[in-house]
Amino acid sequence: MSTLTATSPAPVVRRERQAHAPIPATRVLAVELRKMFDTRSGFWLVMSIGILALLATGATIAFAPEEAQTYGNFAAAIGFPMAVVLPMVAILSVTSEWSQRSGLTTFTLVPSRGRVIAAKAVGAIGIGVVSMLLALGIGALGNIVGTAISGAPTTWDVSVAEFSSIVLATVLGMVVGFTLGVVLRSSAAAIVGYFVYSLLLPTAFGMLAAFQDWFRDLQPWVDFQYNQTMLYDRVPDAENWAQLGVSALPWLALPLAVGLVMLHRSEVK
Amino acid sequence: MITADHLTKSYRGVTAVDDVSFTARPGRVTGFLGPNGAGKSTTMRILVGLTPPTSGSAEVLGGRYADLPNPGREVGVLLDASAQHAGRTGREILTVAARTMGLRSERVEEMLARVSLTGKEADRRVRGYSLGMRQRLGIATALLGDPDVLILDEPANGLDPAGIRWMRDLLREYADQGGTVLLSSHLLHEIEVVADDLVVIGNGRIVAQGTKAELLAGAGTVCAAADTRALASALSGAGITSKVSGSGALHADAEAAEVGRVAHAAGVPLTELRAADGAGLEEMFLQLTAESQRDRIHEGAAA
Repeated sequence: MSTLTATSPAPVVRRERQAHAPIPATRVLAVELRKMFDTRSGFWLVMSIGILALLATGATIAFAPEEAQTYGNFAAAIGFPMAVVLPMVAILSVTSEWSQRSGLTTFTLVPSRGRVIAAKAVGAIGIGVVSMLLALGIGALGNIVGTAISGAPTTWDVSVAEFSSIVLATVLGMVVGFTLGVVLRSSAAAIVGYFVYSLLLPTAFGMLAAFQDWFRDLQPWVDFQYNQTMLYDRVPDAENWAQLGVSALPWLALPLAVGLVMLHRSEVK
Repeated sequence: MITADHLTKSYRGVTAVDDVSFTARPGRVTGFLGPNGAGKSTTMRILVGLTPPTSGSAEVLGGRYADLPNPGREVGVLLDASAQHAGRTGREILTVAARTMGLRSERVEEMLARVSLTGKEADRRVRGYSLGMRQRLGIATALLGDPDVLILDEPANGLDPAGIRWMRDLLREYADQGGTVLLSSHLLHEIEVVADDLVVIGNGRIVAQGTKAELLAGAGTVCAAADTRALASALSGAGITSKVSGSGALHADAEAAEVGRVAHAAGVPLTELRAADGAGLEEMFLQLTAESQRDRIHEGAAA
């Protein structure tokens, strides 16, 4: 037990307060990008994009018949695993702050939640675009090597417009994941939500369109997932663009807006 | 300098923080004391903008925390040592914080040394850290930006006695250099040895605050005599309430000089006379927070 001595106010040594420059947005972005790679799960998630691309290319060379060894098929084989993995990167970039509670540090160091979330969005989409370019490169390599092995003519059947449309489809998938992350702020819930969106929903809407005539014409205007996956197959025309934009309102714009307001007001604990 | 001004936080009818106002001054360690669930952590989260208050306002260094251009350089915060991504290494967590604040990377190594985490430990993932190691890492994160203000929630949790001693010295030194330190604890002894000022909270309300000296002065006097009963009746005759407090001594609600005078006048020779120390403060703490205590005090004693 300590004996108490009367504490007179200690002589205060004045600390000179320095003026500090605001944290630039580029720094927030660099930090958020780093955080997508620096955990074991994050590292392997991003690594798996490259690994799956190589495996898919190898499988196409090994198993696809000669006439199917076209650039389009190589790109599709690589694009599919990416369409699954990349939205996970987007989801976890947001939800891990809550599920792992690292947000306590993140949002005390950068109190503006909007800046942090914007940096995460830019970073995740950046990873998406770079990954797609990587897929383009690995696919091209696969196409050259594959056809060289089989002796089939090397076919370049993907135009710039088609590739851009595929990149957009993938990025939109990431935006859906990101939105689920913002709205649910829980890794498990958002990942389940994403699979409901990408696997269950198309079946449900497909059935509805098959059996209900009134829905068949309506579907392109209300089913965002329908429009998003269509981008993998063809370059949209003017009407497709309009349908994509209209269906994005209830599926993306509205939930994202509501989610961001909720996130801004929520308690980080 | 930290100022809480009539902070209130309600959750659907439950008031977690109820009209809390206090000031933590530079050059002093302010202890934020209260039982578990009293509202300490919620108050601290409000101070740094993680929890929006229902009403009231808080200022850190003369403005809103959220308006600080680079908060980590001015306010060091440790709210929960376990709130870290389990898949990051200790060094990576410090590096991420240092990058955010715009500090050079050598600062990370300096802080690891400062909190006695070895290079090998720093390269392990936080998943495998003990609570004590997490606390050291959390303190390192708080100190990283060389801030003017420290806000630490239960920083001694999980530290071994040597670690607690180390942290106490660190906070003392920090305040002596002109820093403002606000630290919370539900353990009185932990706070008592380091704090200059105390803010005691129970059930979301502040139940006592002031300098430690002031609060101790109000804690009364411990006195003893061979004839305890004679001493007690002499005191009550003089209008001083007293009660038996362990080992036959009396705890009187008066200054030591007053008690001595009464005993002398009554001709009762004293065997002990001193200002109630921590024991008195503890009694005060238990009394003040009795309503919000989960266990009734006598039940706690029986257990």
